[in-house]
Order: sequence, then structure tokens, then C-alpha cells
Amino acid sequence: MARVWVYADVRPGKVDASAFELLTKARAIADQVEAVALGPGATEAAGALGDYGAQTVYASDQPVYAESVARPAAFALRELAREHAPNLILFSQSYDARDVAGRLQAMTGSTLMSNANDVSAVDQAETQIFGGTTIVQVALEGPDPKLVLMRPKSTAAEPTGGGPAATVVPVEVQVPDGLTSARRVECHEEQASGPKLEEAKVVVSGGRGLQQPENFKLLEDLAAVIGNAAVGATRAVVDSGWVPYNYQVGQTGKTVKPEVYIAVGVSGAIQHLVGMKEAKRIVAINRDADAPIFKIADLGIVGDALKVIPALTEEIKARKS
Amino acid sequence: MNVVVLAKYVPNPNGIPELGDDFLLRREGVEGALDPGDEFGVEAGLQLTDANGGEVTIVSMGPEAAMAGIRKALSMGAHKAVLVTDDGLRGADALVTARVLAAAVEKAGFDVVIAGVESTDGYTGTLPMTVGELLGVPSVTFARRLDVSDGTVRIERQTELGYDVVEAPLPALVTVTAGATSPRYPTLKGIMQAKQKPVERYTVSDLGLSPDDVAPTQRVTGVEPAPEKGPGEIVEDSGDGAARIAAFLQDAKVI
Repeated sequence: MARVWVYADVRPGKVDASAFELLTKARAIADQVEAVALGPGATEAAGALGDYGAQTVYASDQPVYAESVARPAAFALRELAREHAPNLILFSQSYDARDVAGRLQAMTGSTLMSNANDVSAVDQAETQIFGGTTIVQVALEGPDPKLVLMRPKSTAAEPTGGGPAATVVPVEVQVPDGLTSARRVECHEEQASGPKLEEAKVVVSGGRGLQQPENFKLLEDLAAVIGNAAVGATRAVVDSGWVPYNYQVGQTGKTVKPEVYIAVGVSGAIQHLVGMKEAKRIVAINRDADAPIFKIADLGIVGDALKVIPALTEEIKARKS
Repeated sequence: MNVVVLAKYVPNPNGIPELGDDFLLRREGVEGALDPGDEFGVEAGLQLTDANGGEVTIVSMGPEAAMAGIRKALSMGAHKAVLVTDDGLRGADALVTARVLAAAVEKAGFDVVIAGVESTDGYTGTLPMTVGELLGVPSVTFARRLDVSDGTVRIERQTELGYDVVEAPLPALVTVTAGATSPRYPTLKGIMQAKQKPVERYTVSDLGLSPDDVAPTQRVTGVEPAPEKGPGEIVEDSGDGAARIAAFLQDAKVI
């Protein structure tokens, strides 16, 4: 009997929706599906985790899991895994989960696979490399639990549509004082107005081709007239400090799957494509006709984005009125 | 203050990567560079020793070709380096690499270990934390700003929603995002001096590791090209670009 765990990212007030995707995937490969939720709000999250197939939720509302980065959670996971012996633990590819999984690997000596977009068995995973152009199947060997981090939106979250509620098992692990020294002392949100990047129907992303940070305003204006649209950016642009890091779409940043993705002055580096190539439709505007982004575009306009974008904003305004 | 910076030599980050017959990334005979993500780490390390004294040691694992990456870091100003080279490390996965690097870092001694958040070729993005755990020190990760004072490292940690301020006592491990620093360019003098700087070479057994410690736990069982998408409509803008896109958006029912 295969036992698969999902490590749920618990944020103040709610559990991250990535856990529901992971549980949906876990159901497909295991008969025992369980979740681990650590930090304030964990017990409350058990109901939702159960809706997506967690039969058991190991939960602790202890603040230490939120206040101290990674080590307490990795320690607790290790203790729990020793007791219950899961075959595989699924993590999201988030900052927090990367910290926890990386730490846990050192403790368990088990294999860790990052950036997976599928798992077909407790010891078999799939990843896409080179910007999604190549699919690689990987056999996971060595001791259990295998650790797999999955890219967001690899699986569509589906509730079980009934069944018994999850059994909540309180986590009684005592975290040693020595593991709490990396402390989160402040939290700041830098949320742009409008919908979240991951949830918007349309994403308008800018790259170096915008030439100057001020030109991002053109994208904000366009997103505003489209409605339910969010603005994203490439790594080059966030590294240059034009917009904050949470705008970033790509390998390092967010993964988006909107109805339409509009790439403006984006060349289409591998690292960017990974985060957006699953969009339903892709529009690209770039001066360089050879830019790799045109290879995956449904509609490509070879031209000056600084002219096309303001004209598009006006055109949409006109069509809407 | 002794700073160790983890550095990786990667196939040309702007080139087109290739897999060899053994399904491993082709690294030999391919032009390469110090991972651009690591330049930010080297710069962060140099800023710490510029302000507090001490030395920056580069620790790298890779084939002999990786010396080119080490030399780049030394020419930026790093003081010395360690290269772990061993035929037994070919195809090393994240755990193996972490064990090797942790052993080499331990040998070098440190107050702070700095790494990039992920490599530009493998993108695993968990290795530094594994190293931190093996060393038994706290880690503060995804730093977009970093300050060290009074034996405490304090960073702004990138999050999905913005940033957190996180701090930890030294010794500690830090990972830096690309925005954290502006890497300096090597000067001519720096390039000349780099040739004289000490580089120690270790094998796996020099580090006290056994062949079992460095046996990979992942095996590629298949590689295939992803299904290609049909070609789209690519047109030169002749003044009607905006209208075409608007019609496309209407078609997609998003406006």
C-alpha cells in the first residue's frame, strides 16, 4: 500500500491552494493520502485538505513553525516520517517548501526532485527541461520518503466530492530550542492592485524590450482596460529593479496559466517560458522577428511595443464603449 | 570574518543546452561560465570582507573546466578557492553535491556561507538549505538585501506576496537573489592577481566521504521532446497590430 504525504504551505489565515493540487495528484498514485500542516491555522485547514482527499491531517498550530524559518518544520516532518513511514512527500515549489524540503533531505538522506510536473508512481517523476521543450522521466531511488517538489499548476485541483472528513492528528513534536534561531521578525506585502498574477484571466508581461522602467505604466494601463488582468515581468526586468520580484513569471518566479498571455518586449528566454507556456493563448509583441517567444505565440506582432501597446489600450477602450 | 561562497561553473547560460548520450547535461567541450547567479554571491561576500576584514573562499565542485569559473570569482577579488574534482562525481545529484560542498566548507572554516538561490543549469533550488542542515547552521534564504552586524545576519527575504525580514545568529548560511547586489567587474589588476591566488584541490576521499556517500539516487529512464505547438500567426506591424490583438482578445472572450 503506497502512502503519500502532502506538505501543505500554511500561511497566516489560510492554507495555500497548491496543497489541493498536490492532494489531487497524490490520490492518483496512492491509496493512503495524508497531509501535514504546520503553523497557526493548520487545524482549521484540515477541513479543506480533507475535501481534496487527505484522509489524515497531521496538524500543529504552534507559532514556532511560522516564526522560525524551515528548521522546526523540517525537524517535525522527519519525526513524523520516522513514525508513519510515508513512501513519498510532495511539496510545492514555493520558497518556504524549498527551504523545508532541502533541510529534510539532509536529515533523511533521501532523494529530492525539484520542478517535477508529474509523478506517476511513488518512485517515478517527470520534469520538463530546457524551457519545456524536453520531457525527462526520472526513477527515484534510495531510502523513503522520496521528496518531490512540484511546479504550481501541474495538476488541476479537484475535490473528492464527498467521503469522510479528514481525521486530525495533533503533532506533538517538541522542537529543540537550537532550531529556532532563524527568525521571521517582519512581514511585508507589496501587492499590486487588481487580481493576483496566478488568478488573472489575462497576464500582460514586460521584458527588457520595454527599454525603461517608466514604460511599465503602459502595461498597467492596458491591464486596467482589459479588466481581470495582471501585470508580470521577466527575470531580467526584476533583477534590474524595474518592478518588485513578485511580478516575476518564470522558473524562479510564478507559474501562470491565463486565458491569454501577452508578452511585451519579452525575448522568450528558457527561464521565462517555463512560467507561462501553458497559457491557453499567447500573444507576443517584439521588435526582433527572431525572438524565441514567437515560436510559441499564437499571434505575434513584429513591431514597436511602445507604439502598439498604447494603441491597443485605446482600441479596447473604443470597442468597449 | 571568514566567508565561503559556493560557486558553480555552468554551460554557457545564454547558449542552447544539450544532453549527452548518458542523459547528463553536456559539460565538457562546451563553453561555460561562472553561474551568473553566483556572481551576486561573490559580490555579497566581498562586501562583507571589505567592511569587516577576513577572507572570501570560493568552494566549487566540477570538472577541471570549472577552474574558469573559480578564476572569474578570484579576479573579482575573492582571496582563495577550493575545487572538488573527482570522476566519481559525474552525474552527482543534489544530495551528493550538498554532501561534497558541506564537507569542503567545513574544512575551509566559515562565519558565513553564501550561495545563489538556484543554479542556472539545474534549477533544483534546494541545495544551499541541504548544505546548511549538514553544517548544522541556520539559513536565511532568498535574500534581496543583506546586512551583517554584531554577529547577526539580517535579510529581506523574498516571498510570494512581498518580503519578510528574517535574522539569524552567525555562523549561518545565506542565499542571495540576483537583485541583492551589483557584481563588480574584474579589474585588469584583479585578473593578474587571480593567477597567483591559492586554489586547493580535493577528491571525494580527501573529504572523508565514501563512494556510498556520493552515489546518486536518481536515474533518468527516458528523454523525449515535448509535443510541439503548431505555428502561430506572426505578422509585421504595419499600423494594424493593435487592432489585430484587440480582435484576438475579443475572440478569446477576455474583453
